[in-house]
Amino acid sequence: MTITPSSLARHLADICGSAHAVEDPAQLACYQIGESRPRAAARPASSEETAEIVKLAAAEGLALVACGARSKLGMGMPPRRYDLALDLARLNRVIAYDPGDLTLSVEAGIPLSLLSGELHKHSQFLPLAVPFFRSATAGGSVASGVDTPLRQFYGTARDYILGMDFITGSGVLTKSGGRVVKNVTGYDLHKLMIGATGTLGVITKINFRTFPLALEPRMFAASFADAAGALALRNLIADSALRPLTLDILSPVTAQVFSGNGAAQIEPGPLPSGLFPDSSWHLVAQFAGNETVRRRNESELERMAHEARAARVANFAMDEMEGLAGRIREFVPIALGNSPATTIIKIGVLPSRMDEMLASCERAARDNNLRWAGVARGVGIILAALLPDELNEDSARRVRRATEQIAESAATLGGSMTVPWSPAAWKSQLKVWGIDREDFAQMKKLKTFFDPQGTLSPGRFAGGL
Amino acid sequence: MDSRILQELKSLLGPGNVRHAREDLLLYEYDGSVEIARPDCVVFPQTTAEVAGIVGVARRTGTPIVGRGAGTGLSGGALAREGGIVIVFSRMNRILGIDIPNQRATVQPGVVNADLSAAVAHAKLHFAPDPSSQRACTIGGNVAENSGGPHTLAYGVTTNHVLALEAVLPTGEICRFGSAALDATGYDLTGLMTGSEGTLALVTEITVKLTRLPESVKTLLAIFNSVDDATETVVDITARGITPAACEMLDGWTLRAVESYVHAGFPVDSAAVLLIDVDGLREAAESQAAEVAEVCARHHAREVRVARDERERALLWKGRKNAFGAVGRLSTTYYVQDGVIPRTKLPQTLRFIGAVGKKNGFEIGNIFHAGDGNLHPIILFDARDPEEFRRAVATADEIIGYCIEMGGSITGEHGVGMEKDRLMPLLFSPSDLEIMRGLRDTFNPGGLLNPGKVFPSKKGCGEIHARPLPLGGNAADAEMKRTTDLPRA
Repeated sequence: MTITPSSLARHLADICGSAHAVEDPAQLACYQIGESRPRAAARPASSEETAEIVKLAAAEGLALVACGARSKLGMGMPPRRYDLALDLARLNRVIAYDPGDLTLSVEAGIPLSLLSGELHKHSQFLPLAVPFFRSATAGGSVASGVDTPLRQFYGTARDYILGMDFITGSGVLTKSGGRVVKNVTGYDLHKLMIGATGTLGVITKINFRTFPLALEPRMFAASFADAAGALALRNLIADSALRPLTLDILSPVTAQVFSGNGAAQIEPGPLPSGLFPDSSWHLVAQFAGNETVRRRNESELERMAHEARAARVANFAMDEMEGLAGRIREFVPIALGNSPATTIIKIGVLPSRMDEMLASCERAARDNNLRWAGVARGVGIILAALLPDELNEDSARRVRRATEQIAESAATLGGSMTVPWSPAAWKSQLKVWGIDREDFAQMKKLKTFFDPQGTLSPGRFAGGL
Repeated sequence: MDSRILQELKSLLGPGNVRHAREDLLLYEYDGSVEIARPDCVVFPQTTAEVAGIVGVARRTGTPIVGRGAGTGLSGGALAREGGIVIVFSRMNRILGIDIPNQRATVQPGVVNADLSAAVAHAKLHFAPDPSSQRACTIGGNVAENSGGPHTLAYGVTTNHVLALEAVLPTGEICRFGSAALDATGYDLTGLMTGSEGTLALVTEITVKLTRLPESVKTLLAIFNSVDDATETVVDITARGITPAACEMLDGWTLRAVESYVHAGFPVDSAAVLLIDVDGLREAAESQAAEVAEVCARHHAREVRVARDERERALLWKGRKNAFGAVGRLSTTYYVQDGVIPRTKLPQTLRFIGAVGKKNGFEIGNIFHAGDGNLHPIILFDARDPEEFRRAVATADEIIGYCIEMGGSITGEHGVGMEKDRLMPLLFSPSDLEIMRGLRDTFNPGGLLNPGKVFPSKKGCGEIHARPLPLGGNAADAEMKRTTDLPRA
């Protein structure tokens, strides 16, 4: 069988029905990545249909990009080839939820916000407080590897995904792991799918471990004249018996951006009053526990904040803190909304190097005359948004220079740096995936093994994989 | 073994680091499982370069190679199923670096699990995965098997604590995966290698997260007159959203065996006990302990004791961690299973295990990680009787079959190894296995690294076939195995 451009949609319709095979260019606009728009889109209703489509694409040498709510298609590099959008939004069922076992099995296209309502009925939740939360799907959040403030306590998806079903680049539906909380049977292939931006497999089902909702979470905030003070408090907390659920350090511009209208459009919850009046750095952390635990947490935090020379401290109850927690979760879309040329950098360094890394971000921004906003997680992850005023050549040049400076510092400090978001036109000039790692040859082996023909999102991942 | 291979290995490592006399090899033909397989030679490298050199020799000569730590594994992972060279990592046992502010450590694979925790205890840190064999087992072995332990209920298994690896690939390349900083760019090769049971690479350096010791730990011993009450308690604790740091169950039979050996103060007339740790801030541990005690009482616990001090706590845990040693005093051989079930299915599963033991004429003790549904039924049998051995394995298989029927798994923390390769098709389709096997062949192209593990042999692919008798009916071997007192599980 050879598929002509005109017959692709017909073949897709044979698999998932004509209502779910899209070829109308106007309808295809929503799948566009950078400059490239697919020739067709398919919306399968089951993992079997999905596998059929991947098989068809592989047989015909077509390239496809799997997507859910399409909120993170802009991440990574644009695909080298893009014939077909594989829209998994109809794979949106809860397959099994056993609250007594704290296990959950869902199809990849289910929106997290929907899931969260279901879990709350049983006083449980998934710690995937990811950006674009209101629309994001489980599969997209996992495949894109976006992180969550709750990683401070709960770890990342890799720590609570128990198993997966996925489709290889040849269209074979397979699985790894299982549905029990402890399991070492077979290779953990599902770990490879996390953060692989769909380049190794199309995730169709995910088995999660769920968690009991934290008891009466509260938020503690302290403001400081500089980053060093906030980091000093971070270190005191790390060295104490306290176990915060989240711990984020916000740069002064982050606080300003959070107070703006753009932020309120994305996260409408009100901010605690009087929190961000000036150009301070802030440390914001969530804690949970009953009344006695809360008193202990708050008194120790206040003592430590004082030791770290905090200018002010404040405690907030659940209803007061949601707007701020939501903005920290939505830092990426809020920053993207702040400027048409926002470029977001993700850095991983050892916590003890965060002071140097933040200073380097500050320096790179200043040297290149850029505004920047940052969120530094206590575990050693920094999200830095470069915020040029305009989308033009000059901004591109300044952003490129700043990212190079930051990449160099991250490498010197033994860390890594990527540029997950930037204007599409700039991507070819930026080191989107940072510096090639020494184990790249092994990654290439994986890509060749799982996707020998380059059917799955070719070129979107590190090193052109 | 070809004398030229031995000569090459000796010139690479020095003659003292290559052993091939029968009496030396006997020490490496067994592990904590019921399997036996004798290597042709055993080598003791001291550096990554030496490991790469050994791999080079193996490649040139087509000799199988198997990595081995302390040999406490329970699935035959470290046995030379097809003969060849066993690489023992006991001389690569240095802690290479401890980074207290960042809570990281880098170790060689032969470092003993408990030694790392001891080395960082002054800073109130520890390495959280705590297999019961932690005083003997090595971190390299933990990485290969993705080992668990009682406290993995709250703290996660080995893979949740491994950040970076250096490894020698079967091609002889030395490669580094992951990084001490979080979210290293690229595919999660560290996650793939961890738990790959030594079939993809030989790990030569490991960077792990260290975890802060809790400020306070409360250890409760809840005593029950019925196994059902104990299992229902576990279900209820989970359902109420309480996450203990550990929740272990010992049934009456096991209690009596342990008590006569360890004198931990376990009540010998009870049907089951739960050994539960809750930890965290003092205030949190106290309130959780009270909640747990209340749930136990609701399920007719006849008594709930709270360890009064560290000494009492340590004694109760000593009873738990030495349970397998205690069982070893009762029977010539025993077979520990490692099935997993959803926690809500504990009551009926324990009833099933009791019934199956009765039906097949075996005493089956149960001592296990109840909180995460990871069962360890212990089947006592006499390995010198081949027929009894076969029946013991058949009994274990019946239990595993039931676990799968309940939505569970065939191994929670011991690994597949050579013990359960034939059970893999119960969980994975031929096509699933083909993909995993293909991935193995991608990294381990000649199949020389740990052959005969994890996957059912090709010819039997997709079907369960009769298990060969690993002990071979050799009385001397069986005798040696009986007298081997290794820490287990």
